[in-house]
Amino acid sequence: MNWSDALIQLQYDLGAPQELSWLVEGVTYFIGAFILANAALILALLLIWITRKVISRIQDRIGPNRVGPYGLFQTVADALKLLSKEDITPASADKISYLLAPVLSVVGVLMALAVIPFGPALIGADLNVAVLYLVALGSLGIMAALMAGWGSNNKYALLAGFRVVAQLLSYEIPMVLAMLAPVLLVGSMSMQRISEAQALYLGPINLGIGWLIFLLPGAFLIYLIAALAEAEQTPFDLLEAESELIAGFHIEYSGMKFAMFFLAQFLNSFFLGAIAVVLFLGGWQGPFAAQIPLLGPIYFLAKTFLVYVVIQWIKGTFPRVRIDQMMQFAWKVLVPLALALITAQMIIMKLPLPIWLNYLLLLAANLAVVVAVLNILGSYFEREQVRSKRAFAPRSLIGTMQPVQSSSGD
Amino acid sequence: MPELPFPLPTVQQVIFSMVAALTVFGALVVVLAPNLFHSALGLVAAFFGVASVYIIAEAEFIGVSQVLIYVGAISTLITFAIMLTRGMMFGATSPRNRQWGTAAIITSLTFLVLVAIVSSVPWPAVGEPISQGHEIIAGLGRAFVNEYVIPFLLLAMLLLVALAGAIVLARDYK
Repeated sequence: MNWSDALIQLQYDLGAPQELSWLVEGVTYFIGAFILANAALILALLLIWITRKVISRIQDRIGPNRVGPYGLFQTVADALKLLSKEDITPASADKISYLLAPVLSVVGVLMALAVIPFGPALIGADLNVAVLYLVALGSLGIMAALMAGWGSNNKYALLAGFRVVAQLLSYEIPMVLAMLAPVLLVGSMSMQRISEAQALYLGPINLGIGWLIFLLPGAFLIYLIAALAEAEQTPFDLLEAESELIAGFHIEYSGMKFAMFFLAQFLNSFFLGAIAVVLFLGGWQGPFAAQIPLLGPIYFLAKTFLVYVVIQWIKGTFPRVRIDQMMQFAWKVLVPLALALITAQMIIMKLPLPIWLNYLLLLAANLAVVVAVLNILGSYFEREQVRSKRAFAPRSLIGTMQPVQSSSGD
Repeated sequence: MPELPFPLPTVQQVIFSMVAALTVFGALVVVLAPNLFHSALGLVAAFFGVASVYIIAEAEFIGVSQVLIYVGAISTLITFAIMLTRGMMFGATSPRNRQWGTAAIITSLTFLVLVAIVSSVPWPAVGEPISQGHEIIAGLGRAFVNEYVIPFLLLAMLLLVALAGAIVLARDYK
């Protein structure tokens, strides 16, 4: 039984008249949306705490440890501080887009909650175009960035807005193509059906470990890299590169409006992780999840938090990339590889072979993609390393008693 | 409960009126806003309204595609074009030019014709309700590669030619 059916039944049992069925349904969905949206906002506090703890452990620090147990309430204190700050609106800002942009960025992220299946019967709306819906939501974030950049009436904010939009648009393409791989394999865009398809039956028992990552590691890798860029997380966080670029499109924002952009960013990386879990890591599937329904949400949240911690681990480990490196990587590496992968998958799935041979070929194609991505990245880093060593090698020949060679051109 | 002099609107009618109001408001902003960027934002609102109408009509795929293509791609492109065009970014630009009277007459006539057509055609009231979990996209995809494969390919070719033509036109001859 679905959660909404259960809630509707409960209202009728409590004495709601049958004629007002539309009101009962409305109340049901309002309750669902209210719980989800507010849980997400509280979740953001936890996510920020996790980020701080993970990053500080990587940097050999303890992290927040004063406010509350394990410093858990540090973020609450920070939020209170941000709320009490002066709320500045620049005099020459465009009021409509300046004030609407933070709201729109949070709304666009929160709307993703509607189609995420937390358990076998715990899903807001089981749309049959859910994957496409998630992709379409990304355009709200793009509009929010543009509105914030333009509305602030600041040329740095506007340039940063352009930069972010270019980044989001470029990485949306490999991300969508990678999301297409599980959709093609399952034959449905409904998140619930994709979760259900990742069961693994051993006789009548559902082991729940038929995760698509075992078949499509290449698509998962491309999705993860593109999702890092979509969530503006560290190797690609030109949005908030405080040390190199002045902040970003939210440079003119202060107080809670500023916090809302960050709220959107943290929630976005969590939800992109959740989508990765649904598409590749089995969603709520796991051992005994079919027998004990309560295990479903637990498995789902555990996997999602694990992906989130991995994202923070990457954040603490990798250096930031330059914008040209980032764009080159999207257009010259990820997009061709994702296209090749999808084409190969389509051909393999139509081959008249036994199904296990099809799967084996699919796995081989995916492994080839993984090897290609790692090879390209590895050789690129090697070249860069040699180049930067040369760039930082001492060029001045003062004190070496050697005649200066004027022919070298670098 | 006393008898009302008119029937209560259904939930769908209420939602539709709200969505229609949003769409019309967005469209009016596009035409009347003194700032070109606000016009672009109005266009986004209008696109959202149209997408919601599709979703009310249970055509989720078209609704979501509408958001994806029109809001995600076309509006972003329009906004970029406005922002990169110097002199249009800040300050008011008049939304009217010399021909606004003619344009108003033509659009109102078109509106009248459309109203006449829409109110005279006998629309089928409500078709078969779509069964739960029916995959509209699967049928659409099958139609694209079977009956409509040639128009589909021709359209793709047309877009490719337009793309190549745009690149050739925009190329910097030195």
